Amino acid sequence: MPKTLFQKVWEAHAVRKLSSGHTQLLVDTHLLHEVTSPQAFGMLRDLNLKVAMPHRTFATVDHIIPTNPGACEPFADPLAQAMMDAIRKNCQDNGIVFFDRATGKQGVIHIIAPEQGITQPGMTIACGDSHTSTHGAFGAISFGIGTTQIRDILATQTMAISPLKVRRVEVNGKLGRGVYAKDVILHIIRTLGVNGGTGYAYEFAGEVLDNMSMEERMTVCNMSIEGGARVGYVNPDETTFAYLKDRPYAPKGAAWDEAVARWKACASDPGCAYDDVVKIDAADIAPTVTWGINPAEGISINENIPDPATAATAEEKAEIEEALAYMKFTPGAPIKGTKIDVAFLGSCTNGRLTDFQEVARHIKGKKVAPGIRALAVPGSQGVAAICRELGLDQVFKDAGFEWRDAGCSMCLAMNPDKLVGDQVSASSSNRNFKGRQGSPTGRTILMSPLMVAAAAIAGHVADAREVFPEANN
Amino acid sequence: MSLAKITQVTGRAVHVPGNDIDTDRIIPARFMKCVSFDGLGQYLFYDVRHTPDDKLTGHPIDKPGHKGATIMLSGANFGCGSSREHAPQAIHKAGFRAIIAENFAEIFFGNSTTLGIPCVNAKHEDIARVAAAIEANPQLEVTVDVERLEVRFGDQKIPVTMRESAREGLVAGRWDAIGELLEAREATAALAAKFPHMAAS
Ligand code: SF4
Repeated sequence: MPKTLFQKVWEAHAVRKLSSGHTQLLVDTHLLHEVTSPQAFGMLRDLNLKVAMPHRTFATVDHIIPTNPGACEPFADPLAQAMMDAIRKNCQDNGIVFFDRATGKQGVIHIIAPEQGITQPGMTIACGDSHTSTHGAFGAISFGIGTTQIRDILATQTMAISPLKVRRVEVNGKLGRGVYAKDVILHIIRTLGVNGGTGYAYEFAGEVLDNMSMEERMTVCNMSIEGGARVGYVNPDETTFAYLKDRPYAPKGAAWDEAVARWKACASDPGCAYDDVVKIDAADIAPTVTWGINPAEGISINENIPDPATAATAEEKAEIEEALAYMKFTPGAPIKGTKIDVAFLGSCTNGRLTDFQEVARHIKGKKVAPGIRALAVPGSQGVAAICRELGLDQVFKDAGFEWRDAGCSMCLAMNPDKLVGDQVSASSSNRNFKGRQGSPTGRTILMSPLMVAAAAIAGHVADAREVFPEANN
Repeated sequence: MSLAKITQVTGRAVHVPGNDIDTDRIIPARFMKCVSFDGLGQYLFYDVRHTPDDKLTGHPIDKPGHKGATIMLSGANFGCGSSREHAPQAIHKAGFRAIIAENFAEIFFGNSTTLGIPCVNAKHEDIARVAAAIEANPQLEVTVDVERLEVRFGDQKIPVTMRESAREGLVAGRWDAIGELLEAREATAALAAKFPHMAAS
């Protein structure tokens, strides 16, 4: 019987059925960061248990890291330092590979694992972070977990979990000029809703996904969770294999050929049955920006901010009112022209090399508008190093961006990079929840990296296709 | 490892109205800079409970009548947002032992169940009925019956639903999986051997 990738990977990793009805699932690769892991190591110590398979566990530090260039320890924030010390010690005590800053390989966990070739097709991957769905871009089944499950995986390399239904989300046709992977996923979430994916794994497919680079696929899979889907994946293909070839942790020599054969076999079979299929026409996708306080509250750059007066239901009306009261936006006004204070380029959604390359090629010779704070934060030290080699850091600096060190930075603002008061941020990250970027009244507008750059240069939300008319993509 | 069987939770309740109450609202990110969960309870809903100059805003959980409540009522899509277990942990450490909402975000639901916090779904209008009753009498005893899938308050009751696997786990005292997971050490090792682990080269 033809099967989906999800079914195949799931069945291959099922240890047994538990009395709760859950599956005991083997986790090939367990990723750790400093925020959600120390409590799990604590629980492990309380139970007197050891890390079962340290060689399947990889860690880094990303959320709390200050990104001002050359920040050294001890960090100004003692709590951040305590987290740093805890993960370093936990990794050392348990023989876990830790991508510390001194390795030159540190960065946002969802950026460095693919970069190092740790993320591979057909794997089960877990991490105490909801954006673990990112790794699905490689045809892995990867999901975010809670601290107790981190404890379970540390102790047993397995976890108790129930299988998901699979929805194929097919994006057919060709994307228009100035439309990026970020717009694709914002459009999907807008179409299917923030809860649309609950209980599902999303299999992203279609011509648009086929033509995407791995970085773009990661952007799409990254935000599966914003659409309620805990898992998002793309079937592995030649693009996937080409990306992985020669990466530090990728198989080499004969093992490489074997691996590629295995990886090919795990892709969804032609004719397999899906629990649901959604088809989206690429021609309907425009550069998309959010206007509200959840990622589904998005509109195309040329649409107007919704007016509660025209809401279809009382519930929808209340939601729009709540969002607009927080965002302090005028109902029915164009989103284009909305004044911004901060432009944030980075995060595990859009902090990869190609994101910076794409923006750099457009902003050369342009300047960030006066009064705007623009941050460019590479997602990893690896990304930063290549940008430096290519001279991209200088392009950003010349344009008036702060060029920062690798980390999550203002995506979540657990480090010192924060909005102030009710500042409006044009952000390439994935969440526009109230207070997300470090100020309880701060406002976030999600968009693609090039749209962030356009907003930075225009000083307000702008159509990148107009700010960069020469753009040829 | 044997765990308590969670068949019902009885206590006073508090209504925290609104849909899409996300994990950032439940526990603002800045309070996650902790290496242990102890002490998280005091930061539950911090930013909506406090003005910027740190005065109480009169959030329902701070109302004198609701102090010590163990059951929380809310709207749709409760616990959406990040996978941080700090959110259910903060709720747990603040003394809550059950949540009634229209529905829950997936990860939040799973994390809460693992802590032994039953999260039951109720209809919008039924939640409104319970909310009205506790508004009228904050001392009212409310029971979330996980076994019979109903919530009783005063002489009234409403039906609730819950994913069967989670319900069974709570009722049978198997809501924390680690005991059973540890039993399969050998089977796990044998299966893991089929998936060669990676080394850098
Ligand atoms: S970049 Fe943002 S979303 Fe990604 S892991 Fe860091 S904080 Fe989470």
